[in-house]
Amino acid sequence: MKFWPVLSFFLLSQTAVAQFKISGKVTDNKNKPLLGVSISLKNSYDGATSDSAGNFSFLSGEAGPQVVVFSSSGYKTIELNILLKNSSISVNISMKELITELKAVVITAGSFEASDKKKGAVLTDIDIVTTPSANADVTEAFKSLPGAQQVGESEGLFVRGGAATESKIFIDGTQVNNFFYSSTPGIAQRGRFNPFLFKGTVFSTGGYSALYGQALSAALILESKDLPEKTEADLSLSIIGAGGGIQHLSKNKKSSWGFSANYANLALAFAVIKQNQDYFKVPIVWDTDVNFRCKVKGGGMLKLYSYLSSTKVGYRTSDIDSTIMNNAFSLSNLNQYHNLSWKQPLANKWRLNAGISLSSNKDEIGNELQDPSNKQQIISNPIFFAFKNYHLITKGQYLQNRIVIEKKWRAMSALRFGTEISHSVEKSNYTLFDGSVYKETVKETITAEFIESDIYLTNRLATKLGLRTEYSALLKRWNIAPRISFAQQLGKFSSVGFAYGIFYQNPERKLLPSTASLDFSKSTHYILQYQLLTGVQTLRAELFYKKYNALYKTTVNTNGQTIAAGTNGNGYAKGFELFWRDKKTIKSVDYWISYSYLDTKRNFLNYPALIQPSFAAKHTAAFVVKKFILPWKTQFNLSYNFASGRPYYHIAFNTVTNQNEFTDQGKTINFNSCSFSANYLPTIGKKNSRNFAVWVLGINNVLGQTQIYTYNYSYDGKRKDPVGPTSRRFVFIGCFLSFGTDRTQDAINNNL
Amino acid sequence: MKQIIFFFALGAFTLQASAQSEKYTAAMKKNIAEMDAAFANPNNLLSLANNFERIATAEKNQWLPYYYAAFCQVNVGFMEKDHSKTDAIADKASELINIADSLANNNSEISCIKSMIASCHMMVNPMQRWQQYGEESSSNLDKAVEQDPTNPRPYFLKGQALKFTPEQFGGGCKTATVELKTALEKFASFSPASEIYPIWGKPIVEQLLKECAN
Repeated sequence: MKFWPVLSFFLLSQTAVAQFKISGKVTDNKNKPLLGVSISLKNSYDGATSDSAGNFSFLSGEAGPQVVVFSSSGYKTIELNILLKNSSISVNISMKELITELKAVVITAGSFEASDKKKGAVLTDIDIVTTPSANADVTEAFKSLPGAQQVGESEGLFVRGGAATESKIFIDGTQVNNFFYSSTPGIAQRGRFNPFLFKGTVFSTGGYSALYGQALSAALILESKDLPEKTEADLSLSIIGAGGGIQHLSKNKKSSWGFSANYANLALAFAVIKQNQDYFKVPIVWDTDVNFRCKVKGGGMLKLYSYLSSTKVGYRTSDIDSTIMNNAFSLSNLNQYHNLSWKQPLANKWRLNAGISLSSNKDEIGNELQDPSNKQQIISNPIFFAFKNYHLITKGQYLQNRIVIEKKWRAMSALRFGTEISHSVEKSNYTLFDGSVYKETVKETITAEFIESDIYLTNRLATKLGLRTEYSALLKRWNIAPRISFAQQLGKFSSVGFAYGIFYQNPERKLLPSTASLDFSKSTHYILQYQLLTGVQTLRAELFYKKYNALYKTTVNTNGQTIAAGTNGNGYAKGFELFWRDKKTIKSVDYWISYSYLDTKRNFLNYPALIQPSFAAKHTAAFVVKKFILPWKTQFNLSYNFASGRPYYHIAFNTVTNQNEFTDQGKTINFNSCSFSANYLPTIGKKNSRNFAVWVLGINNVLGQTQIYTYNYSYDGKRKDPVGPTSRRFVFIGCFLSFGTDRTQDAINNNL
Repeated sequence: MKQIIFFFALGAFTLQASAQSEKYTAAMKKNIAEMDAAFANPNNLLSLANNFERIATAEKNQWLPYYYAAFCQVNVGFMEKDHSKTDAIADKASELINIADSLANNNSEISCIKSMIASCHMMVNPMQRWQQYGEESSSNLDKAVEQDPTNPRPYFLKGQALKFTPEQFGGGCKTATVELKTALEKFASFSPASEIYPIWGKPIVEQLLKECAN
């Protein structure tokens, strides 16, 4: 009768009701009680949840060797073997906190992030387009944060005592040449790219990562969006032009394509808003772009973006060296930019990021000295008048390849390394008044290798160590740049951070070719930061010191061209910055204030001495406030920018002393500008509405304050004319429509 | 003889299995019964979520304990006042409902929880997140209706969301009442598939309708 024991076993197991009590206390590694920890007996229903004192207790009918599992999100799960044979058992346990993205401190020394998702971001993606002084321009929005100067006479970011050429812009890892529309004298140009292309932007005012280089001052790091959320078509119409585009998301939501075209013609705007320049060709801009994005096997993402643009503009300004003549400037530009990027997760938390960008830019510039009847005048006495007549064609071609390999471990720690090769060929063709032609070609290949490691020992301490090395084929030199930064959590919301780094940069194209033996320019950054981040309020204070070595000095060659003469320039910048953003104190009002104090001097280009550069103001401040008024379905935005007066100089070569000397200098009045914008969203919340509309009204310099950016000097330095905005005020009115509901999607699908 | 043992053992096994399922149903019923009272205190609700999760991990193949665990978790998320913690709780709920989803394909009740999880994420910063999570929340409700047109809960959740949406954004009592009344009608005719099947929602619908009537 062998089956009896079997039977009795089953019967026993059905009827066993012996109860064991399991109790204890759960704490964290600092001995603080943990609430809400789930304690369970593996493979049974038995268990409990710890209370606010960390205590737990439960009864179980299981017997013998068992496993107790302690789990709580954010802590490492513990499995403990116990033996249930006595009536009760007591277990005290300490759980180890996991390093997680939600809890870990973020290194932010020297950088501002605009993102909807990232922790530590000070702006959201939408802030960039709703900051009124920015006019929906990515770089302009960052001028409302500390660090950047309120320079209005030319484009680019002048950061912490650095010139605009010392700030570089990167899209998906690769550097963008000609990010801005081509320069025209005295007028700052906008960035070419639509801010809605990007989802996360990092503006580093110093101490940036070893993954980037060739920028002495600052890096603006843009990341393009992945797949769109839905198929959408949009149209825009404004006082300055019209545009439209489509983003199509495939049915399986794995790929998308899109294109857009924009046409801007400022004839209407300039007819209404009087300009200081006399336009014989009103600015006309054509921009088109296409994109393709798709998910690849294994969780990867492939993105292609192509952009093509043409610009034409021509205007007269009164000639500063004469009383009746005019200077006629015209520009025609053709620009293309292509970027292919590939992100691919590999086995064992390795990751590949690769990118190629290819771009070309052609500027055709004509300049003439004209009499009041707009006839060209070639005056050869004095000879500098004759040089005002020229024709210049510049062509640049750029190719950049980049591979970054990343390995992540313990959620947040990472190792990244990679390589980058940038080729450029820049040609210029300069035709003088007498028909003589000067042709130049500058070729450069910069190769870079870099390695960087994020180290998180606890959630409260983060360290980033990086090293970058570059070789310039043009300079025939190597450099090696270490970068270190860290952040330490203080309280629940506060942290301190520090960043140090060495940064190198090649001479800019317009100073080349040079006969001198040149080295990289070099800057060294030290940044100390305190940050308080509660989610609704942000306070940031930064102290920085920057040292410049080997800045380029210039000389004028026999063709009248300014070229690099050596790398014996130097300088420094130091200061402090404050940023305060508050969404809490006043209900449904969001505002921020930023202030920068800057003490900087440098001796570079043609400067005769160590001086405060003309692009640097001592005090800069900005105030931005936003409020959404629900019943009106309208968001109102106001910004006020201030900068103390900037110095200006007239520097001339003294043939007696054989040196550059100041012949005149001064300081501009303080800069004040108040901008306003309103966004009206009439279709918001309308159920089953087939479109979404945004009406935008923007007014720059609402108060009509007099603004002087700097002064232009006549050749002899005896006359100076202020350089200010092109009109006292500018008004923008536009409507943006997007069609993106299912019905539209069907309509698009059926018609394509 | 061997056959006899086998036969007997098989019998005992099925006896065991049905006892197991009785134990399962009893444990589920006990915890479901505690849910109403637990809503008064998020700690109790979390404790219930843990209870359901224990049943879920012991059973492995039942979607309902995962479903209830996720339901409790997402409600803990809604009750969490410290918004910096909400996302982690919603992520936990998401983890649980995804397992439930893999066990019970194409289930209307599961889509309802997914919608609630998206709303929970949205609540952290509605102005900034409505575009992503608002869309995710409402598309899951549409899916829930499609999966089971007799389920009252998607209508209830739609009505509830509308009630707390400002009129200017297409919400308010007027639009909410339409959905809530539909939910009430569906509740009247809804018959749960088993005694541990979700039945929650009706009292809140009645409460919301009362608030809107005033």
